[in-house]
Amino acid sequence: MNPDPSLSLQSFSGLENFGHSLRSSAWLHQPEQAGELPALFKLARQQGLSIALRGSGRSYGDAALNSGQIVLDLRRLKRVLAWDPARGRITVEPGVTIEDLWNYVLADGWWPPVVPGTMFPTIGGCLSANIHGKNNWVAGPIGEHVLEFSALLPNGRRVTCTPRKNGGLFRAMIGGLGMLGVFTSITLQLKPIESGRLEVNAWAEPNLEAMLAAIDAHKDCDYVVGWVDCTAGGRALGRGQIHTARYLHAAQDPQAEASLRVDAQVLPARMFGLVPRGWLPKLMAPFMNNLSVWAVNTAKYLASRTISHHKTYRQSLIEFNFLLDYIPGWERSYGRDGLIQYQSFIPKVRAAEAFAEILRLCQKAGLPSYLGVLKRHRPDPFLLTHALDGYSLALDFKVTPANRARLSALAAELDEVVLAAGGRLYFVKDSTLRAGSAKRFLGRRAVAEFKKLKTKTDPHNLLQSDLYRRWFD
Amino acid sequence: MPQTKTTPSRFPAEPPLLRRPRAVIVGASSGIGAALAARLAAEGYRVAVLARNKARLSALCEDINRAHGEARAAAYTHDVTDLKAIPALFQRLVKDLGGMDLFVYCAGVTVPVKIDEFDTHKDQQMLQTNLAGALAWLGCAAALFQGAGRGQLVGISSVAGDRGRVLNPAYNASKAGLDAYLEGLRNRLTRRGVHVLTVKPGFVDTDQLKGSPRTFGVISPEKAADGIWKALRARQQLVYVPWFWRYIMLVIRLVPSFIFRRLSF
Repeated sequence: MNPDPSLSLQSFSGLENFGHSLRSSAWLHQPEQAGELPALFKLARQQGLSIALRGSGRSYGDAALNSGQIVLDLRRLKRVLAWDPARGRITVEPGVTIEDLWNYVLADGWWPPVVPGTMFPTIGGCLSANIHGKNNWVAGPIGEHVLEFSALLPNGRRVTCTPRKNGGLFRAMIGGLGMLGVFTSITLQLKPIESGRLEVNAWAEPNLEAMLAAIDAHKDCDYVVGWVDCTAGGRALGRGQIHTARYLHAAQDPQAEASLRVDAQVLPARMFGLVPRGWLPKLMAPFMNNLSVWAVNTAKYLASRTISHHKTYRQSLIEFNFLLDYIPGWERSYGRDGLIQYQSFIPKVRAAEAFAEILRLCQKAGLPSYLGVLKRHRPDPFLLTHALDGYSLALDFKVTPANRARLSALAAELDEVVLAAGGRLYFVKDSTLRAGSAKRFLGRRAVAEFKKLKTKTDPHNLLQSDLYRRWFD
Repeated sequence: MPQTKTTPSRFPAEPPLLRRPRAVIVGASSGIGAALAARLAAEGYRVAVLARNKARLSALCEDINRAHGEARAAAYTHDVTDLKAIPALFQRLVKDLGGMDLFVYCAGVTVPVKIDEFDTHKDQQMLQTNLAGALAWLGCAAALFQGAGRGQLVGISSVAGDRGRVLNPAYNASKAGLDAYLEGLRNRLTRRGVHVLTVKPGFVDTDQLKGSPRTFGVISPEKAADGIWKALRARQQLVYVPWFWRYIMLVIRLVPSFIFRRLSF
């Protein structure tokens, strides 16, 4: 433990977002234990600097960047503090990752109730962003599975919050971007499972309306997600493929017991049985342009209509959930300037019209998304929530030095479509909005309440990030 | 500890996708520094300019910001001989700018001496500004860029650093020292992804040139800034501005000492 931290010039480090499209540098500290945090807060105050909290750096935007100031990388706080395999309750430090978590609990027949598309984020980061998975309709965001957490606030207080005790702070710190305090321990209720495999159904839908209807019809499945071919236009606009999945009972899966072993949960070493996964980002890079993506998406859609139409198969939990981890370093395939994601949430009745407009605007701008993902959502009780009864469309865009300005202009157009449809943006993923956007997308009341809480927990405004300054100042 | 209060940044928060690169220019109230500040702002940088002369700095920033209709330049009053103030000011610049991509050390003085004059005070003035201040600032920036794994460092040296001459040995020594320091930084930092550029201006129409005897081929500070910008973009290691000084100095460096001792420039 380092009792007296200082800002050494050498501790200045280059940091990036998940998509490698935003570069930033900051004084980086990696505390070994939570006991070091008070001294770091003191240091920041003395130096007149702010602190941003960072986990695995898997945020698509600038939520874990604090340019020119202090960033605390909390990945070394990664102890499992308690595990009750009978009730499926685990207490962890914030730096434990989703990967650590499922590795720890799987053999006892438990699984994280909500996971993102990659297993590398930390639990602290997942709570701060209140992440959702492909099961948002049935399971809600991860925050709904938090039984209790303890946090150190910048005002020096240590608090324990549950949905009932300190409920206001509970609902604000989850999804609060690490702006109110630092989680020091988190207790999650996990999901009991009898098999480590899922039964997956896949089929194609010819257009956006059919996609939305199919997702809505299957929203009570354990998981449902839609892949959208964003390059298709006209009557095929929004066409794509639906995947649903459900957990298996032991009786339904002869391999149930074996599949609960960690070593049974592997991602295929080769894609299409041929290419080692590690090679893929480099092999894919030359094909990340509008024409090739159009060709690949068209081929993928046609395959989903024919070869894999209404196919049922079984997949391990990690194969189904962690699609992004299939290709290690997939973000690198987008080239030097990386990618950004734009994820909008639109109320159910307005979704078809708004998403169609969004897809058309992207195509008109010559900036089709290379990956589009549709999900079904429902409201949740968290203060800075973006969730609503409707759908989200997550769009990945390649960034190049030449298209930054066009991409920003496009995003600004999309913002207006989203607002006009009564929608919201997942601000943790945003990279394009200008100062003061929080009120427009999160509502005046929520923002005012959040700021009021922040004044209490963080009177000197020590916790900040590039995203926070941009959205809330 | 320099400050306990968080001062708000002088630049507004920007969408990260459109983040402008950040530059710091030490010695920017006039001459090459001022011209480079204007040029970098025009190339899209956010620039922090430092010098002793507050009024000139403020005027420079106002001109730049008015030309672009937004805050692209901010002024910081600083005397480079105040070495103790540098680390804290450096940290504040990093905070206000939100990082640093380019650092330029442009502060330099020539104190004329007679051909037979030896004046410790004058020599020290040149050494403090041209070398001691340069090392203090460039050292901070080098450490920062080393940690970040990227960045560009620029030292404005002089053709005068290529040989010791009868006119102003201390000035030659200060610039030769700066050359060696920059070369050392380059050898350390290239492997860390950092670019180090040594600039050797010939005669540039600045305050420093006033009173210099026998000048020729004088260029404007804007022309010099243009040469520096092009060298930065091409990631050159060493640039003479204007270009022909490379050849003049090649010849001068080749002049053997038994002749050089007899020359009077």
